[in-house]
Amino acid sequence: MKRVGVFVCHCGTNIAGVVDVARVAEESRDFPGVEYAADYKYMCSEPGQDLIIKAIKEHKLDRIVVAACSPRMHENTFRKCIEKAGINGYFVEIANIREHCSWVHTTEKEKATEKAIDLVRMAVAKAIKDAPLQKATIPVTDRALIIGGGIAGIQAAIDLANAGHVVDIVEKGPSIGGKMAQIDKTFPTLDCSACILTPKMVEASGHPNINLLTYSEIEKVEGYVGNFNVTIKKKARSVRMDVCTGCGICTEKCPIKTESEFELGMSQRRVIYTPFPQAIPNKPVIDRTKCTFFKNGKCGICSRVCAANAIDFEQQDEFLVEKYGAIIVATGFELFDYSVYGEYGYGKYPDVITGLQFERLVNASGPTAGKIKRPSDHQEPKNVVFIKCVGSRDIAKGKSYCSKTCCMYTAKHATLVSEKIKDAKVYIFYMDVRTAGKGYDEFYNRTRENYNANYIRGRVSKIYQSGDKLIVRGEDTLISQPVEIEADLVVLATAMVPQLDAAALAQRIGIGYDKDLWYTEAHPKLAPVETHSQGIYLAGTCQGPKDIPETVAQASAAAAKACGLLSKTEMLTEPIVSAVDEKTCAGCGLCVPICPYKAIDMKAIQERVQGITIERKVADVNSSLCQGCGACTVACRSASIGLKHFTDEQILAEVNALCL
Amino acid sequence: MRYAYYPGCSLSSTGQEYDMSTKEIAEILDIELWEIPGWNCCGASSAHLTDHLLSLALPARNMAIAEKEGLDVLIPCAACYARSKAAELAVKESKEMRTAIEETIERPYEGRAKAKSILDVLANDIDIEKIKENIDTPLKGIKAACYYGCLLVRPKAVRFDDPEDPQSMDKVIQTLGGESVDWAFKTECCGASHATTKGIVGLPMIERILIAAKEAGANCVVTACPMCMNNLDMRQEQIEKEKNYLLDLPVFYITELMGLAFGVEPKELGIDRHFKDALTLVNDILEEGGRTL
Ligand SMILES: Cc1cc2nc3c(=O)[nH]c(=O)nc-3n(C[C@H](O)[C@H](O)[C@H](O)COP(=O)(O)OP(=O)(O)OC[C@H]3O[C@@H](n4cnc5c(N)ncnc54)[C@H](O)[C@@H]3O)c2cc1C
Ligand code: SF4
Ligand code: SF4
Repeated sequence: MKRVGVFVCHCGTNIAGVVDVARVAEESRDFPGVEYAADYKYMCSEPGQDLIIKAIKEHKLDRIVVAACSPRMHENTFRKCIEKAGINGYFVEIANIREHCSWVHTTEKEKATEKAIDLVRMAVAKAIKDAPLQKATIPVTDRALIIGGGIAGIQAAIDLANAGHVVDIVEKGPSIGGKMAQIDKTFPTLDCSACILTPKMVEASGHPNINLLTYSEIEKVEGYVGNFNVTIKKKARSVRMDVCTGCGICTEKCPIKTESEFELGMSQRRVIYTPFPQAIPNKPVIDRTKCTFFKNGKCGICSRVCAANAIDFEQQDEFLVEKYGAIIVATGFELFDYSVYGEYGYGKYPDVITGLQFERLVNASGPTAGKIKRPSDHQEPKNVVFIKCVGSRDIAKGKSYCSKTCCMYTAKHATLVSEKIKDAKVYIFYMDVRTAGKGYDEFYNRTRENYNANYIRGRVSKIYQSGDKLIVRGEDTLISQPVEIEADLVVLATAMVPQLDAAALAQRIGIGYDKDLWYTEAHPKLAPVETHSQGIYLAGTCQGPKDIPETVAQASAAAAKACGLLSKTEMLTEPIVSAVDEKTCAGCGLCVPICPYKAIDMKAIQERVQGITIERKVADVNSSLCQGCGACTVACRSASIGLKHFTDEQILAEVNALCL
Repeated sequence: MRYAYYPGCSLSSTGQEYDMSTKEIAEILDIELWEIPGWNCCGASSAHLTDHLLSLALPARNMAIAEKEGLDVLIPCAACYARSKAAELAVKESKEMRTAIEETIERPYEGRAKAKSILDVLANDIDIEKIKENIDTPLKGIKAACYYGCLLVRPKAVRFDDPEDPQSMDKVIQTLGGESVDWAFKTECCGASHATTKGIVGLPMIERILIAAKEAGANCVVTACPMCMNNLDMRQEQIEKEKNYLLDLPVFYITELMGLAFGVEPKELGIDRHFKDALTLVNDILEEGGRTL
């Protein structure tokens, strides 16, 4: 016979202010199996825990029920507590009489007390059925993978590498750097983006613990925390990295030009190219889709001029399989395609550009060498209109969320226009100005006061071309008047959106994403860099819009989490996982696609039936991958797959305690 | 093809040319128009400013009569189209609303009879070959600013074309051998009745549209709405006088230009009734095609 102890917590007045805790303890003494019951002000406090330990010893208790707050808060506390008293940590049950009772029934004290008694009754019934569970250990590979080489990926890599861990950065583009490499100056201090980014890029590339795998993509992720097996595709660069000296003669001589992605279509690049002058690695790639040699075997000039003989037209994609203990996802963001806005011309007016294009237009190494010239006729604009929230906060045509960075970068752009074009007039259409952040509101105020930026609260209803001007029509909602501005250049603060392939990548690596395809953290407040898949962390804008300071902070946080994991040679695994009853499993495989963590495979087992050995298939749970969600248990028609600690027997015991 | 025909009040008053030209081209295109017997006013803007149910019940009554006949409803006027479409969608969307409407009009209406703008029919329902084979005088020399107005392709629920940059009228003009210009005022509001009630607001709205058409290189404006026609055609001279310059932009209904291309006499289409002289341009087109006025 099991000997159950019940401990009812007051949680100060949180519980005791509504629930009659003494009566709960009193009545629970009569429940079958209960040997001891007590109430106390704060069970989670040290004296509270001592009370439990003492009672276990004195009354020879072997099952414990704590009636207190949510198990999310203190289940672990009490598991550790009873382990100290020498009994299995999984012999504790929590009856949540705070969140599930006192907090929601503040005005019905009598009924709340009765409900608390019922919750304890159920917990006691389950506790009696609890089986001992043991944590297992698994080895941890001391190597981290970072997907995405923007500032988030770079920062996380440097932190991990400095802590002594080996890191591979997989970047899909030919260079690391991400969007920050395209930005001119950075708010709120207006220091040059390249000047603060390039040293980090150099540090990452020179670090003995960091390997850069640029022009590479993730093909497949298998395994589990501490032991991921990742297949990486190194796309054929057509240039041998080991012999290329980065002299650049091939790029210079290449006769074919195409639109530069880095310059956002505002200038041209060669077909053999490095995306920007400070690219790392500073070795070119051939864009095979545009190269005439790959199209029809003609040209090959680059190969003839390369003194190092580095051009290799025959190069194939390479596939590497590497083992990692932890993964940090840092794939960043893209910009909303504003061509859905017919009122802004569906993207057909050349002098309506995005904020990122503007960054290139003011950048000294950009297509106009830092002189602001509008795309259509390369004239210096005098009247510049900025429109914020394009695609952000617009449920009709765009996204519901705020992109967070545009209020600040638009203020930055306004100051840059005023600094570079003395007689320029700047107008900014806005819905709200959101500049929370250290030094941010001061920056915004300076933009208005010292740089004469004209902030107009209202939306733009139409932009149209009239001669060489763009007529911008909107409303000034503060004075309820229509406004019309003759602009030379219009800059749209387009929303931040996830990478186009964000969902596909998430499915490949097994992490979640929200309705907008931003990757979801394990807990919005208390686990902001973890994902629901153990050992996989998030850094930067792949999780949601962020500026650089926030991105860097999150990257360092993700690195710290990964460090915590990689610094151990082995780790404990949670024993609340599914288990298959092979005797009754029919091998139908229904559970396999249900599992969100890809933890179930089918395996063959051999069996002797009436003297003959037969082979049949059954489900097999990888306990390191299983996160204990229980989805599979519902799918199985023969109840052959069950979740430990939440078995049918245990759940039914609770139901019976309540209903019978 | 057979449609119930809802001319609406304006086509029997200020927009008679629209009615005449619609009937002319319908005959040529073998479209049988069954004029809804005893049709009532759709309520247009006055009803939906007065009472929501009334604004739906008025057009629903016409639609219900057509539904009984098993026909979709062809509607030239943009405002009538918008209101009738709103009624059609309202009964489809809500059971309660349908019951309320049916009780008010004392007959069933399930939304099976669909409201169709004549522009939608000409651009999308009629086989383009059918139009081509009827062309007698291609609209060579026409540079049309196709003007859809604010109502025809909006809101999203009633639209049959892109609400910011619609193309269906342009397509029809091009099929008829004319050119259409690319301009930014296709769906601009003409001010509706403001020109009458508050000229200071309404007239500049009209002026802006006409100037934009002119700047885009058009030699005429084409519309599918009697209200727009009124404003752009009738008010043009007033604006010219006030501002002391000539706009000289004839305004046509799309059906008139189609009739013209099909060889119908301008008089039978009502083109001689316009305020702004349209016959000079028409004459040029006819001469080009070997006809005269
Ligand atoms: C116009 C504009 C101006 C801005 N100005 C400022 C400013 O002044 N100050 C400021 O603090 N912030 C500014 N920001 C915000 C800043 O750009 C971001 O905070 C920052 O770039 C986020 O870095 P990241 O590493 O998360 O993402 P990114 O910079 O987008 O980097 C992501 C990287 O991951 C790579 N990648 C993506 N998918 C994959 C994949 N599947 N496999 C491998 N690699 C992949 C990408 O190629 C890229 O290199 C601005 C943003 C914009 C749009
Ligand atoms: S940051 Fe400012 S401009 Fe950007 S979406 Fe949010 S409110 Fe709009
Ligand atoms: S419990 Fe959840 S995670 Fe574990 S095997 Fe079943 S479905 Fe997968």
